[in-house]
Amino acid sequence: MKLSLSKVAQGYRLGTLNNLGRKGDRTMEFPGCLLYTRTGSAPHLTHDTLQVISRVPVMTQLTLSSLAEHYEVLEEYKEGIGKFIGMPESMFYCSLHDPVNPCPAGYVTNKVLRSCVMIGVIEGGDILEERLRSARETAKRPVGGFLLDGFHGDAMTKETRLQLISAVTAELPEDKPRLICGIGQPDEVLECIEAGVDLFESFFPYQVTERGCALSFSFDYQPNPEDTLLQQNGEKEEGEIGDCIDKVTTTKRVPETSFEINLKEKKYRDDFGPVVEGCSCYCCKNHSRAYVHHLLVTNELLAGVLLMIHNFQHYFGFFCAIREALRKDRLGQLKELICRQAS
Amino acid sequence: MAAPRESQSTRSPEPMAAVAASAAGPGTRAPAALALRVVAECGRSKARACELRLPHGTVATPVFMPVGTQGTMKGVTAAQLDSLGCRICLGNTYHLGMRPGPELIQKAGGLHGFMNWNQNLLTDSGGFQMVSLLALSEVTEEGVRFRSPYDGTEILLSPEKSVEIQNALGSDIMMQLDDVVSSTLTGSRVEEAMHRSIRWLDRCISANRRPDQQNLFAIIQGGLDPVLRSKCLEEMTKRDVPGFAIGGLSGGESKEQFWKMVTLSTDQLPREKPRYLMGVGYATDLVVCVALGCDMFDCVFPTRTARFGSALVPTGNLQLKKKQFAKDFQPIDEACTCPTCQRHTRAFLHALLHSNNTAALHHVTTHNIAYQLRLMDAIRTSIMEHRFPDFVRDFMKTMYGDLGRCPSWAVEALESVGIPLN
Repeated sequence: MKLSLSKVAQGYRLGTLNNLGRKGDRTMEFPGCLLYTRTGSAPHLTHDTLQVISRVPVMTQLTLSSLAEHYEVLEEYKEGIGKFIGMPESMFYCSLHDPVNPCPAGYVTNKVLRSCVMIGVIEGGDILEERLRSARETAKRPVGGFLLDGFHGDAMTKETRLQLISAVTAELPEDKPRLICGIGQPDEVLECIEAGVDLFESFFPYQVTERGCALSFSFDYQPNPEDTLLQQNGEKEEGEIGDCIDKVTTTKRVPETSFEINLKEKKYRDDFGPVVEGCSCYCCKNHSRAYVHHLLVTNELLAGVLLMIHNFQHYFGFFCAIREALRKDRLGQLKELICRQAS
Repeated sequence: MAAPRESQSTRSPEPMAAVAASAAGPGTRAPAALALRVVAECGRSKARACELRLPHGTVATPVFMPVGTQGTMKGVTAAQLDSLGCRICLGNTYHLGMRPGPELIQKAGGLHGFMNWNQNLLTDSGGFQMVSLLALSEVTEEGVRFRSPYDGTEILLSPEKSVEIQNALGSDIMMQLDDVVSSTLTGSRVEEAMHRSIRWLDRCISANRRPDQQNLFAIIQGGLDPVLRSKCLEEMTKRDVPGFAIGGLSGGESKEQFWKMVTLSTDQLPREKPRYLMGVGYATDLVVCVALGCDMFDCVFPTRTARFGSALVPTGNLQLKKKQFAKDFQPIDEACTCPTCQRHTRAFLHALLHSNNTAALHHVTTHNIAYQLRLMDAIRTSIMEHRFPDFVRDFMKTMYGDLGRCPSWAVEALESVGIPLN
């Protein structure tokens, strides 16, 4: 695995991880995210439905917590986890915990995996000294990359978190990727990128799906000031900005985060528009808000399938926009747009 | 409008108007929204292979129609269902009539528009669900009176109301509202229900506002009484409907009684109209009832059993959640070409079924639908290639291991139509 940086500025990094995979010919861009799975499968999705999503990450996240119990089966299978779960073409990152149901401390089991690139985990709670010590010591080891652990949830204040992440990444070698677990909200993702993080998990769109919601935040920042002027003058743009903001302000009931809409709400009952205007995912191209609302109200399985497709595609599109913004030096504008939509 | 009858040929596809006109007799009304062409007949049994032309395309019969109760085939998308080869599936009038209701669905462009399904749809009348799902429903000459389980309001589902809802849903085939009684019931209630179903059929026919786009099927009742059933057949076949369903079976009756009523019904139904046997979906039942002359079938069994982790195979079914499959690295069925079998092992599905990832259910649902459709396709091909009796024997041998172990009702039924099993 070889990391190559194309840009470094104000804390963030843009680049690629090369020579990945069994043949050493695969590449992964960062900042980016991994494909979230549960027991080796994207939630709600079979291969066919996963295929209809654009920009699915080349690297899939498996969780040891969900696979450890199948260790004996995998051993006997002999052909590796990729083939077993029906994803022989994918590359895998195996985390200890599932970011959605992390194990409480002290309950971690000891299972051995096949040899692979090892990621060093950086701990230290909210204590700067400990974090630095963890970072420095881990950096001495022959690890392939670093996982910044313990920054999710209510472990510490936002300010502390960002200070610590920056301090940690400053101690880490430039040529190894930095992953963070448990961080998924768009605004937090951007903050972490600015603090030197490269890779994230994609459990957040799954959580949104489970509460019957659809990601609707816009990441279509306007690099062209003329377009913005046109927008202000009332001409409707193809992009999602205008629509998105309208929906956020007219919502009576506040959804879980301000980045999503709750399709269970009555007002969507006869809304025949797509879940998100301008979205080209299978759900938005083929179905209406009214239909997804109906599926949610009647507890139909298809609701989860359609929402997962939309939410994954939306989220992967967000990361694509991040990379694009970094390439064009527009991260500030993207950040401003996202922050405007944060509650 | 009507093409001369002499120009009909089983070789070239017949225009719908010509077939409808010839079947119904001279001086009939506007062309029907259905045309049946018998492509091949078994020669021994009553099995036939047909082409059923409907507003949303042609359906090859015999056909199994999966049930998508609430406007969705559970976790399978419309695109997946289409690519499995499904050309007609069911929606339930009762459920959809309650939620989201006919007005909304009509606004969405009918059920086709609402679920974005561009193939054919068949809706039932709602009668069966009401009688089976609701604790308190009352049947009178008017219709079925019940209380909505969602908001407690009193509702009357009359023949007119049922057809009105189905017109809003826009299904290609809609079912009359019938007076459904349990197949194990005996006595005068059965006769009453039979006669009432005839009267309700006439009311449904009158109420259909879209006869040139939606086909109303009659449902033969009469319980397990051959006299009553024959009477029902005699009366209902006098009506100008595009197709007939054999109803009132597939309840708690014995298989012996069941097959006798099926064969009696097909004996008295016109050749040129489709015969739809409601609620039948077990593989053996499908094979036997095709032999008895049925063309169309529906059943929740394949899709429902899938959600319990039960996968259908030629020898029965595999309960994939069971320990024995934990290290079974074969696909569900080696010969199956469905996406699940192409990519996954029983062992993986076993593991996934023990997680809370719903993808597990979708894998098995996809396979079970594929299994049913492939079975019907194999049946059809064997009829067209004049080897249906051999197909039946092979099927039974695979399913039961030994022709001697076949259920006796199936043996008798097949024997009765010239397919002995030994």
